[in-house]
Amino acid sequence: MKFSYFPGCTLKNKAKDLDEYARKSAEVLGVTLEEIEDWQCCGGVFTTSKDEIATKLSSVRILKAAQAKEQALVTVCSACHNVVKQTNYAMQNDSEFADKVNRYMDDGIYDGSTKIYHYLELIRDVIGYDKVKEKVVNSLAGKKVAAYYGCLLLRPNTVMRMDDPENPTIMEDLIKALGAEAVVYPYRNECCGGYVRMENTEFAEKKSNTVSNSAKLAGADVIVTACPLCKYNLEKSGSEIPVVYITELLADALGIKEDNNGK
Amino acid sequence: MENKNLRDEIIRRSGVNPTKCMRCGKCTGTCPAFDEMEYHPHQFVYMVESGDIEPLLESKSLYRCLTCFACVDRCPRGVEPAKLVEAVRLAAVRQQGNNHMTANDVPAKIEEDTPQQLIVSAFRKYTK
Repeated sequence: MKFSYFPGCTLKNKAKDLDEYARKSAEVLGVTLEEIEDWQCCGGVFTTSKDEIATKLSSVRILKAAQAKEQALVTVCSACHNVVKQTNYAMQNDSEFADKVNRYMDDGIYDGSTKIYHYLELIRDVIGYDKVKEKVVNSLAGKKVAAYYGCLLLRPNTVMRMDDPENPTIMEDLIKALGAEAVVYPYRNECCGGYVRMENTEFAEKKSNTVSNSAKLAGADVIVTACPLCKYNLEKSGSEIPVVYITELLADALGIKEDNNGK
Repeated sequence: MENKNLRDEIIRRSGVNPTKCMRCGKCTGTCPAFDEMEYHPHQFVYMVESGDIEPLLESKSLYRCLTCFACVDRCPRGVEPAKLVEAVRLAAVRQQGNNHMTANDVPAKIEEDTPQQLIVSAFRKYTK
């Protein structure tokens, strides 16, 4: 199976593990991720204001590129997923916005029809947890893993529709498929402090510490996330337990982690 | 811009109808940044509704909202306060010379391992 793939800016730089473990694990699970050509950064955050057009064009171009290949689009980074999916939703549901966007473009109308999967949805809805279990060679039994959703994967739920926004299980289900124990804790879907770290580090640290302490108190020995900014904020704020990408955990269980980046 | 016009413009751009608000305060209760804000989310909604926009344009509260959508998803009336905050923040940073952050501010704020996502996100929120 082949899918279009949008890695995004951070996955090409500071979050290479998130990207490479995602691609290699997908191959083991029978899926090829074909990177879109000449993509541009999604901008990191979706601007909700209806008169913001230009800042959403890079997302529309990504969606159009997948459509031209007649493929569904896969994202891994929580922020990219949120921005691309909210843009696609606006293309489907806000005709005034869609009309303005299409007038910017010189290569045909985009109708919002590209299907978007976050990597976690690709595993749940296309690959299936049974296939994952089959391919696990290095069971993570005994490991207590706390899934950290943060804000971007789940909200706004009217658009994201990934899972129950207040009681999600999609990451826990994957953790269990890998043989590990999923630790559920109160702050798993609260914000890490996000981009406000740029202007108020102390505030972001307070938010991040609340999350990592909550996971630690619930008995976790590692936190997993799909968001480079969540990982950075939690680590920089002094999380007492390690924070790793969900794709790294997956690659570890699939037995391909050693092959990556010489690690 | 006249207050009435600015109010209507904020409402139009955000797509939010603040008159649906029943002042329960749940948005403020669930906001991770509420104690950093001089105007809490429920006050923000009321102030936009009553056209009291000027104090909001000047307020640091605009740059504390994380756009985490907790208030959007948890509002029992579907008011979507974060979208109002975004529309007012844009009205502020779109004014000439009113960027909240400039490219020159960035080098002092980043380290070797700062993810690109942090820089581009802050820029998109704080700069026009």
